[in-house]
Amino acid sequence: MIRVKFSAFAIAVTALVSAGALAAMAQEEAEQPNPPRLNWTFSGMFGIYDKAQLQRGFQVYKEVCSTCHALSIPFRELSDFGGPGFTDDQVKTLAATYQVTNAEPNDKGEIFKRPATPADIIPRPEAYPNDQAAAAAFGKAPPDMALLAKALKYERGFPWFVFDALPGLEYQEMGADYIHAILTGYTKPDDPQWNLYFPGHKIAMPQPITNGAVDYKDGTPPTLDNYANDIAAFLSWAAEPNLVERKRIGLRVMIFLFVFAALLYFTKKRIWEWAH
Amino acid sequence: MSGPSTYVPKSAIGRWFESRLPMMGLVHSSFIAYPVPRNLNYMWTFGAILSFMLVAQIVTGIVLAMHYVPSASEAFSSVNFRIMRDVNYGWLIRYMHSNGASLFFLAGYIHMFRGLYYGSFKPPREVLWIIGVIIYFLMMATAFMGYVLPWGSMSFAGATVITNLTSAIPIVGNSIAHWLWGGFAVGGPTLNRFFSLHYLLPFIIAAFVGLHVWALHVAGQNNPDGVEVKDVARDTVAFTPYATIKDVLGLSVFLILYAWLIFYIPNYLLDADNSNPANPLATPAHVVPEWYLLPFYAMLRAIPSKLMGVIVLFAAIVVLAFVPWLDRSPVKSAKYRPSYRFFFWVFVAICIGLGYLGSQEPTEGLALIARIFTFGYFAFFLIIMPVLSFTEKTKPIPTSIADAVLTKTKTAAVAAG
Repeated sequence: MIRVKFSAFAIAVTALVSAGALAAMAQEEAEQPNPPRLNWTFSGMFGIYDKAQLQRGFQVYKEVCSTCHALSIPFRELSDFGGPGFTDDQVKTLAATYQVTNAEPNDKGEIFKRPATPADIIPRPEAYPNDQAAAAAFGKAPPDMALLAKALKYERGFPWFVFDALPGLEYQEMGADYIHAILTGYTKPDDPQWNLYFPGHKIAMPQPITNGAVDYKDGTPPTLDNYANDIAAFLSWAAEPNLVERKRIGLRVMIFLFVFAALLYFTKKRIWEWAH
Repeated sequence: MSGPSTYVPKSAIGRWFESRLPMMGLVHSSFIAYPVPRNLNYMWTFGAILSFMLVAQIVTGIVLAMHYVPSASEAFSSVNFRIMRDVNYGWLIRYMHSNGASLFFLAGYIHMFRGLYYGSFKPPREVLWIIGVIIYFLMMATAFMGYVLPWGSMSFAGATVITNLTSAIPIVGNSIAHWLWGGFAVGGPTLNRFFSLHYLLPFIIAAFVGLHVWALHVAGQNNPDGVEVKDVARDTVAFTPYATIKDVLGLSVFLILYAWLIFYIPNYLLDADNSNPANPLATPAHVVPEWYLLPFYAMLRAIPSKLMGVIVLFAAIVVLAFVPWLDRSPVKSAKYRPSYRFFFWVFVAICIGLGYLGSQEPTEGLALIARIFTFGYFAFFLIIMPVLSFTEKTKPIPTSIADAVLTKTKTAAVAAG
């Protein structure tokens, strides 16, 4: 009992000292709102990607984002397990609509262009053949979107970052929330580069998408909020394409480990019976 | 603790082999017949857990090295695209390895704090403890170099910050930094040598672990009551099955935590900035090391002078090696040392507090708290330990391990009845 009291006291002292610093910091960051936390089909222990949503997200990427942003993943991933669920034929047809430069010259030593195959990386935006060209136009090169959802974060602060690791509360969708927040954060109509959620509010990307910019074929309302949701989900998949398989294997591993640990517990009790 | 082997091979082949190379006898005396104190608690399973994690890191690391390309232009994509997407179960191996490093340190810290709490560094275990400090230092070097290998922007920034520390050394500092980098800044040559050393160091760690286990088996294990084994028959039980079953149970519970990280929150401990490729022109807004190095990072930043900061950083690790001579109290276990126990928990809180401070943007106010905590860290070793050695009024210790166990059982029986 005494031990518990002492340690509780020691921890309380340290917590008090840190709390003062924390309060000061919280005040500093008050004017920069954090992205709202949304519900995603792929969050939680059993969350998986929504195929229809990823397909819509890909449509948004293709028709809007791809003007400036590269997405350096091979076409074939679009038909992989757990992803947008395009068929192999759909991917083949899609790839063939792009022209790529062959890596090797032909027999005559000429570099040539050919239609893309599913094994090719999705080509960069034609208007910006390299980052420098894009930076010259926008002041900053638009980032490649392949890992974007994993590369974005905002400070969660104590104690939230502790809860973010706990079963049932786990938070791995920070990037998706961030992308959705940025796309819906252009709240000053007179300044297309002012963003509520971007640190410092001054963003190099002018408002990229507004209501009605993309025609959905499945009847989903063509609103900015839906676009933002769908592209955020799509980019989450692009950054973490193995999520569905990972959680599926994880569940089996967890069940095994819990049963194994329980059996060991009873074995241990039996073995140690006489020694106590 | 270990006497002549009592192992008798059952088969003719076994006898033939044993008389030429007594390997089975060594295994038998070390891991089967080896007597362990019967009052060990689950804090003593972390040695086995750490051994498991070392092997897991080496095995997953060897597989990753088969697919990794240690070049400044290819490293990032070989990790984030080839290994994570194209290699069969590459994502699993990589998440095992990157999260495994964190759990290796978590287990290591529990193991070290346990040693401090129960006085496991005291005679006759000083050498055992110092070997442990060496392993800890090697682990930090290995983890740091491993973190550079994915060549993300945080890898690059981390490599720059840490290697730049050498430039604080007067006169020769810059030359040493250039020598470490293989150039005039962190770049391709730095990455290649870090890969080479990151592959080498785990095997050196394994060698030191061998020495650590050897020293342990000579001195015998400490135990929660901190009294030495007096009567092997009454005070100890055989390693197998008693300690083995506890170790495997402890390990399997630990693996549940490991699996939770790998399969459900694999990116929780990884910095998002490391999903951007290394770019010397774009440093992350906020450079932070991995969590297990944060307390030292906080100390480094707390000291205004760079050279002093580096000295304090290394002193914080080196001071651990002197603990056996700083704490001279004849009573080992904090169970019977109320004052030491209090300061121990303050020390734990200080380490956690320093870790938190290391993760925050440095401000004037936080720097002051970090300085106070840094002082507290050193005060625990350099003031509290020597002073308590002579002034503390300790509680009576049990006469033997068997007595400690029997009293506990009796009290429990009375309480239950």
